[in-house]
Amino acid sequence: MSAQTINESDGQSGESAFDIELTLLLEAIFQRYHCDFRGYAKSSLRRRLRQAMERFGDTSLSELQGRVLHDAQALPILLDYLTVQVSEMFRDPTHFLALRRDVLPLLATYPSLKIWIAGCSTGEELYSLAITLAEAGLLDRTIIYATDVNEEALRKAEAGVYALDRVAGFSANYAKAGGTGSLSDWFTAAYDGVVFDRRLRRNVVFSDHSLATDGDFAATHLVMCRNVLIYFDRELQDRAIALFEQSLVPRGFLALGSKENLRVSSRAAAFETFDGRERIYRKLP
Amino acid sequence: MTHAPPISDLTPPPAPLAPVDAIVIGVSAGGVEAILAILALLPASFVLPIVAVVHLPRDRPSLLVEVLGARARIDVREAEDKELLLPGLTIAPPDYHLLLDVDRGRRHLAGAPDVRLALSNDALVSYCRPAIDVLFQSAAEVLGPRVAGVVLTGANADGALGLRAIKAAGGLCAVQSPDEAPARTMPEAAIASAQPQFVAPLNDIIQWILALDAHRAVNTESTVFYDR
Repeated sequence: MSAQTINESDGQSGESAFDIELTLLLEAIFQRYHCDFRGYAKSSLRRRLRQAMERFGDTSLSELQGRVLHDAQALPILLDYLTVQVSEMFRDPTHFLALRRDVLPLLATYPSLKIWIAGCSTGEELYSLAITLAEAGLLDRTIIYATDVNEEALRKAEAGVYALDRVAGFSANYAKAGGTGSLSDWFTAAYDGVVFDRRLRRNVVFSDHSLATDGDFAATHLVMCRNVLIYFDRELQDRAIALFEQSLVPRGFLALGSKENLRVSSRAAAFETFDGRERIYRKLP
Repeated sequence: MTHAPPISDLTPPPAPLAPVDAIVIGVSAGGVEAILAILALLPASFVLPIVAVVHLPRDRPSLLVEVLGARARIDVREAEDKELLLPGLTIAPPDYHLLLDVDRGRRHLAGAPDVRLALSNDALVSYCRPAIDVLFQSAAEVLGPRVAGVVLTGANADGALGLRAIKAAGGLCAVQSPDEAPARTMPEAAIASAQPQFVAPLNDIIQWILALDAHRAVNTESTVFYDR
């Protein structure tokens, strides 16, 4: 990124040209393709859109807007910049340890379970949770809804293939997360990657879903949405948390990322804190 | 590169001391000592928000808030997503980028927009997460000329592009003298990239930081007001 592209906003008069163009671009994408990024946090969008401009060789967001309006091929490339999160398996191992130790025993009392992973991206969290459920003997009676706005990411999640050089990190996290066996029990090596056991996704419904425009999934017992809300502005955060609240059964669990909280949400009163450190909340009855 | 004279014994502070609404600091190797040295000299009455990126291991929780908080008279906290930028020292959490953002919809006392913290999980920048460049570039975008960027000791080039962005937006830039820094790579890269207004030993930078706050206090044009 060159210093020249940074705007010269004086911080007190109107918005910078870049921010105005950014708002217009999001509006254009929404009207043309019904993908709604208007509620995404501007701080990260600025960075991501500058990278997209560089990729396309555009010198302004207006130029990028013209491109994406007239060339449908540009959209999926742009969507990767706007949506794809790089995660890893068992990221924040203590979070998965808390789920395994404290939450799953309570969920085990239900005859069948529904879990919604909102913003599953390329599936790292999905497989982490599925393995945790399997080792707790719960996977066979669980339906998992794995949703994301990025269809390409969903396809990768469904394939369950990850680069070999990431697996050592995944395995170390798995051990710290209280894994009862070896992570290699759950994948087979293939070429320069590993493919995760298809049994892990037998009860997984992969679905294109936007927290900005779509509705909720009925009667879930656990909603996992980690490091997704940080990319939303407060209004969209509120909408998403309201969806989770509607979706969850009374006493159902909401698992957020390690730096996300309900404090700034208007829906905070609908939840109690179950594990403050690990950002696990429970819907009040 | 011209070295500006130390300003510790000068009153009133000389140019380039325009009013700012926040100070952003970046450090890596040896940085904790430098931050401790800064905190040791900041009085409880220090109002300007300070936001810092300290390069730390990504795979474990940080004890930095406890370590620094015990030695500080100002509040020390780890950044939380969407919280208001407040007086005190706010530190980026391990393994997240920290950015500033502005809530233009919600107006503060003086009609100025609220400045808030934002976290991101995006890819590493210069092998770092949190990256100094990410914080500094967002600070330049959101605060324009009303921010001071400080690059201290460090062993890689993170912060160089960010400090250049602050300079380009009209903000103030200070860099620790490479000769004094335990690791000179980061100050050298920042000096070459941003041509900062102020290159000085840490103690003089601390005096400069104190002067920024004093300057804020007498400057009624400040766009952001803080209640303590």
